[in-house]
Amino acid sequence: MTSRLTRRQRRRISQGIQYAVFVAVLVLIGVLADWDRLQNQFAQKDLALRLFPEIITTALRNTVIYTMSGFLLGLVLGLVIAMMRLSSVAPYRWVASVYIELFRGLPALLIFIFVGVAVPLAFPGTEIPGGTYGKVALGLGLVAAAYMAETIRAGIQAVPKGQMEAARSLGFSHARAMVSVIIPQAFRIVIPPLTNELVLLFKDSSLVLFLGVTLQERELTKFGRDLASQTANSTPILVAGLCYLLVTVPLSFVVRRLEARADKAV
Amino acid sequence: MPRKTEAVDDTMATDRPEIEIRGLHKSFGDNHVLRGIDLEVARGEVVCVIGPSGSGKSTLLRCVNLLEEPSGGQVFVGGTEVTDLDVDIDAVRRRIGMVFQQFNLFPHVSVTENLTLPQRRVLGRDKARSAAVALENLKRVGLADKADAYPAQLSGGQQQRVAIARALSMGPEVMLFDEPTSALDPELVGEVLSVMRVLAGEGMTMMVVTHEMSFAREVADRVVFMDGGVIVEQGPAAQVVGHPRQERTRNFLNRILDPAAAGAPADDGRRPRAEDGGSGTG
Repeated sequence: MTSRLTRRQRRRISQGIQYAVFVAVLVLIGVLADWDRLQNQFAQKDLALRLFPEIITTALRNTVIYTMSGFLLGLVLGLVIAMMRLSSVAPYRWVASVYIELFRGLPALLIFIFVGVAVPLAFPGTEIPGGTYGKVALGLGLVAAAYMAETIRAGIQAVPKGQMEAARSLGFSHARAMVSVIIPQAFRIVIPPLTNELVLLFKDSSLVLFLGVTLQERELTKFGRDLASQTANSTPILVAGLCYLLVTVPLSFVVRRLEARADKAV
Repeated sequence: MPRKTEAVDDTMATDRPEIEIRGLHKSFGDNHVLRGIDLEVARGEVVCVIGPSGSGKSTLLRCVNLLEEPSGGQVFVGGTEVTDLDVDIDAVRRRIGMVFQQFNLFPHVSVTENLTLPQRRVLGRDKARSAAVALENLKRVGLADKADAYPAQLSGGQQQRVAIARALSMGPEVMLFDEPTSALDPELVGEVLSVMRVLAGEGMTMMVVTHEMSFAREVADRVVFMDGGVIVEQGPAAQVVGHPRQERTRNFLNRILDPAAAGAPADDGRRPRAEDGGSGTG
């Protein structure tokens, strides 16, 4: 019986059903949800306004600082691990592989706790420089490095073999060729995935929640949660969420643009 | 110039061949690609290496600047043993220019920077000097107007000419060409070959792996025919390409020249040319 329908008819029916389901779900949510209570709990306008400017000047600012310091540390460490992974010295490769598997396989939260506890234990008398900022940077950086190392390694290997040969035949040493010729090209390849990693880190910085932080060190999630419990209202959570999106959505957009450009270049 | 002063044996080196290959072997695993090659290239000589694919000719070339590590035998360039484990290979490679089939320009920098970057990083030349040398060599290959372009904006032929200019900017004593026109569209082959022809005319020592028989016949002082990892036949171009002595050389030349001779008339049907068919059967 279906075979008697034309393709145009079938397409129309199929699309009709999909639109119908979409509208039905919207209506169902709209009718069933208790909007008044939701608004009460999450969208108190005057409460939201009272969060400013602190939510920007302290919370968002700290989130950005935690993310950037973790990202930079991860980038440097990731580059080193990527080079170790590609080394001709076998123990370097082993260490790099173990590191990558370990830190990609563990929850970031566990690593945060570990950094907080193990580092002071292992090196008695030493404090991680920068206090909470240092701890967070280290925790995020250690995790990010594992992911970035794999990304950077893939980027380096994506540079055609002829580039290294051309550089070597011109008299570049292996190390110089890496620095002047290979790594600049590899970075171009890995900018989109690294930006993606930045978005992930930005969200992972919320794990600071589980470290004891002072009022001035609070980032968005901690800030939102603290104020939510102070005011017995969840509006701060919603506002904190919007602050995340303020950064992550444009960043994702940038990633898409970069990827599109990279596709064109190849 | 300071490099020259160290070479006390420079006077001896003048009557030594620029490239000297002795008993060269190269294996990739079980694959015995070069099976004992002896070859000399005199200063200012142009040697074309021809042969079927898989004959080891590219590997031979890549052993000269140690892009491939020989499994056995010796290679000397300008009197220095390249295969000596204690030799500073980067220093030797500065004296050997190499041009690749795939051009291998650095895509992330401009044409000029492709020429200046190696000079500055490897030779330690300053910005002004390296730029001047770059421009001079771009003029040599007729691409001074492309100085600010990026490699991706150039045709294959132009890219290969830039690659030649880049190698020349290092002031090499020897130039190696590894199938420099094989990746080019047919209409772009000529411009690269004419640059190479000029270079040969200027007295550059050149070792060229190529399938361009007309170039070999016209420019090469000597043609080397390789097959199965050995040199089957070598001699003046007119002899090896024109009147090969060995059966294997004849077979190869027939295969490479006949399809071309048979293919060309199919394109411009009315004017079959006798020239190619004649030389093939030689």
